[in-house]
Amino acid sequence: MTHTRRIAFIRPRTALLAAGFALLGLSLGVVPPAGAASGGSIALVAYSTPKPAYAALITAFNATAAGQGVTFSQSFGPSGTQATSVTEGLPADVVNFSLDPDMAKVVAAGLVAPTWDDGPTKGIVTDSIVSFIVRPGNPLHIKTWADLVKPGVQVITPNPFSSGSAKWNLMAAYGAQLALHKTPAQALAFLAALLKNTVAQPASASTALQTFLSGQGDVVLDYESDAIYAQDQNEPISIVTPPQTILIQNPIAVTTKAADPTAANAFVKYLLSAKGQTVWAEQGYRPVLPKIAARFDFPTPKKLFTIASLGGWTSVDTTFFTPVTGKVAAIEASLGQPDTSS
Amino acid sequence: MADVVLATTRRRPPLGQRVAAVAAGGSGPALAVTYLSLLVILPVAAVVTNAFSGGWHGFWLSVTNREALAALKLTLVCSVLVAVVNSIAGVAIAWVLVRDEFAGKRVVSAIIDLPFALPTIVAGLTLLTLYGPNSPFGVNVAGTRAGIVLALAFVTLPFCVRTVQPVLAELDKETEEAAASLGASHAGVLRRIVLPSIAPAMLAGAGLAFARAIGEYGSVVLISGNLPFKTEVASSYIFSLSQGGDLPGASAVSVVLIALALVLLLGIGFLRRRFNVTEAA
Repeated sequence: MTHTRRIAFIRPRTALLAAGFALLGLSLGVVPPAGAASGGSIALVAYSTPKPAYAALITAFNATAAGQGVTFSQSFGPSGTQATSVTEGLPADVVNFSLDPDMAKVVAAGLVAPTWDDGPTKGIVTDSIVSFIVRPGNPLHIKTWADLVKPGVQVITPNPFSSGSAKWNLMAAYGAQLALHKTPAQALAFLAALLKNTVAQPASASTALQTFLSGQGDVVLDYESDAIYAQDQNEPISIVTPPQTILIQNPIAVTTKAADPTAANAFVKYLLSAKGQTVWAEQGYRPVLPKIAARFDFPTPKKLFTIASLGGWTSVDTTFFTPVTGKVAAIEASLGQPDTSS
Repeated sequence: MADVVLATTRRRPPLGQRVAAVAAGGSGPALAVTYLSLLVILPVAAVVTNAFSGGWHGFWLSVTNREALAALKLTLVCSVLVAVVNSIAGVAIAWVLVRDEFAGKRVVSAIIDLPFALPTIVAGLTLLTLYGPNSPFGVNVAGTRAGIVLALAFVTLPFCVRTVQPVLAELDKETEEAAASLGASHAGVLRRIVLPSIAPAMLAGAGLAFARAIGEYGSVVLISGNLPFKTEVASSYIFSLSQGGDLPGASAVSVVLIALALVLLLGIGFLRRRFNVTEAA
């Protein structure tokens, strides 16, 4: 710390600290049930980002006839951790993950019926897209994927081996190249260029945003819903919708071990209802019901593609995200090469 | 120190007497072993078992892939560096606290332990705010190895001060004065009188700091940037393995950390015994 250039008063960055405490609360996980009454209880286990949305949804659900007096125990955390916790015995009546492979883990453990995705929305409760979060006013004029790989642009995206959000981000980047009529090899080269410009790979989407808000990087790849939430919290950011991006689809299911299946099913039914979907939309999530989506003006990318168009999560997860041998692991390894001596 | 004096002068409450009686009666060791087993030995054994669930081959593959090696090397180098730097800084701080009188000394002494109280993720966030891109001092170590060392130094400092402080306080000033009166230089007194006495405590502090540093996660991940092969520490790599569902791999890398800590702590124990022997002779 010898190169001190200027001394200034330390301004308490209360917003940042508050966010830190929020993160802490998140890592502590379980929030005790609020207000006991007759009407059943539901143990909700979900990935971390929809925590504020669920606060609004549960209040709204409790105001409905089916939800009257239903109490909740809620646990939020990284999607992969939550899935593992549930398979290891964390009580769960309703599970909501960031992406299908985490639901697959729970299905494999026999805790969710294999028919979970038979419903009209195929088990998906919310949609979102991968967006760019940039500095206010977008000083670097970052508009397209190509802008991210320009020399000197500092990108932040979470570590794809620990974060579900990061997998969505990288598949958005990859799929966008295919949508631009590039070959798979060119799309992979783009991923390499993107990761070369990446200055931080925090463990989760929320820490990635924290890192960005603390001043590092020019752009962070994130869920659109997370970006909207940050903007609602008056964080100094601008949101850029890339011209080509992936449709994020978050799965939900009632477990086979649900203590009160009636209450759990009623809750999921509410989340998928027109009313529930409206609350989701108000919280920044894209509704899965087209008629509700039509009432909100979420930006429409020129080209929106799904994970299914890239082969589906099972195949993508193996091909790209297997540690050591996966395509993304190989890129990370090749980028690590020149720096190992220093 | 006040607590220690209190404990020896105060009469033991009846419950304490009863516990002492049970301990003297021979259940003490059994109690200690049971407690230690439940809290330390069993969890460590579970980690080791999990690490070898894929056999030796699986273990070897998990700990020798390039990303694991890079993370382990980075963690080891940073932790050793932090243990050495903090041992020296710890002695300096303990010296000031024991030998110097100044206003607010008690407050400063209390502040030393704050890194323990602060949740590590908050510590990480605070360090990133102070020494990141928006640093009010113009010091930006975000995304660098210096940032990792800084975070580790922050969380391990109390070990290095608190182990040395009581030993320094007990140190007989008259020996130093005698040496000085016999013509020993200031440096000579420090090297031949003070240092041998506090060396075991310094080593103990360094050992604790090292053991804590190699497993530290929360305070490091934010400021390090967590770039694989560059600034990804072992604990973070372990986290990503566990997220990816590779629990045996995560356990295998953890076993390497545990082994490193064990080797170092045993080595320090050996050195401490050597110092103590020299002292007695």
